[in-house]
Amino acid sequence: MATFNFELVSPERVLFSGDVDAVVLPATEGDMTVLAGHSPVMTALKTGFLVITSTPGNGRRILVRGGFADVNQNGLTVLAERALPEEELTQEILDHEILTAEMHYDASNEPATKQAAESAIAQLREAKAALNF
Amino acid sequence: MPSLKDLRNRIASVKATQKITKAMQMVAAAKLRRAQTAAEAARPYAERMAAVLGNIASGVIVGPETPRLLAGTGSDRVHLLVVCTAERGLCGAFNSSIARLARDHANRLMAEGKTVKIICVGKKGYDILRRQFVQQIIELIDLRSVRQLGFEQGDMIAQKVLARFEAGEFDVATLFYSRFRSVIAQIPTAQQIIPAQIEATGTSSDAVYDYEPDEGEILTTLLPRNLTVQIFRALLENAASEQGARMSAMDSATRNAGEMIKKQTMTYNRSRQAMITKELIEIISGAEAL
Repeated sequence: MATFNFELVSPERVLFSGDVDAVVLPATEGDMTVLAGHSPVMTALKTGFLVITSTPGNGRRILVRGGFADVNQNGLTVLAERALPEEELTQEILDHEILTAEMHYDASNEPATKQAAESAIAQLREAKAALNF
Repeated sequence: MPSLKDLRNRIASVKATQKITKAMQMVAAAKLRRAQTAAEAARPYAERMAAVLGNIASGVIVGPETPRLLAGTGSDRVHLLVVCTAERGLCGAFNSSIARLARDHANRLMAEGKTVKIICVGKKGYDILRRQFVQQIIELIDLRSVRQLGFEQGDMIAQKVLARFEAGEFDVATLFYSRFRSVIAQIPTAQQIIPAQIEATGTSSDAVYDYEPDEGEILTTLLPRNLTVQIFRALLENAASEQGARMSAMDSATRNAGEMIKKQTMTYNRSRQAMITKELIEIISGAEAL
């Protein structure tokens, strides 16, 4: 399977850099999978899991919150405001994230941001359930 | 002529000071390593962000629809200076050189008849600038309680700046901080953050980009985030610079203390010897007189 270069950076560090087969992005308009040779696209991300597949049938999941994905001829670059690999997730972190999202929800009056916060909360709850906390 | 006891006391006190400066130097060295790694880890994000932003912005034609963070308010009457300094002193000229840069900038703007507002991040810069710009300083952001600089602090400052910008309190914002070049070289830097200065990327692709959601919407979310990233980066660079400056300041302080001890010990030994000689002469001449 053709591979392409993928980089995941958060403000604090570079989380992933290397060749991969496919990456599933939690884009604002719905999840999308990027494969090698994808046409150039720039999309905003919502809160959710990003799945990296570097060997068939073997994915690595990373929780991202907000950010951008940039696909160009050089590969895929994801700028995540906050990124947490699945193995580093704990109940405390998730609870904290949910609390922040809820605060965002309560603080805003615009329907768009409210909706975004709502979906973030749903995603985080789902993640919590999936990880059996 | 100080007595022997005075000299002994003086030597002991300089030695104690030297121990402190030595310890501070070593602490700064350890902290510097951490701060430097953090600053370096943050660099890729800032660079990618600049590249992505440059990519989009180069395709945008400035019009009434363009976000004001990019195009500006159309005037430059009120300037906001965000001055980032350290919370602690004893780091050589670090704080004062940033403050001096900001002061010169403010004086020049005021001479041109512009209004200047100042936000101080860090207490030391506030202490210096308050002497001249009490009326201009509108806020002091204290980061003393922060142990490990995180993205949240950058975000917090950016939100404050943005809120003021949205409220129309200023037209142009400039960020002052010290760029970390090496342990001995920290460069005080002024960087305009609003309106955003975008470097045109030479590698702008000819390929047609798809935007999801549309271009304008991405730009409106990307620009505030870019501001946060710039401020966060400035904070990290500043932290590394501060430790670097402290390290070299404490290094020279330790060396000076060493020199002083050497000199004082020499005087001490000399006067001790002189006293012994004097006593001997007294005894000998006393014996001769008999």
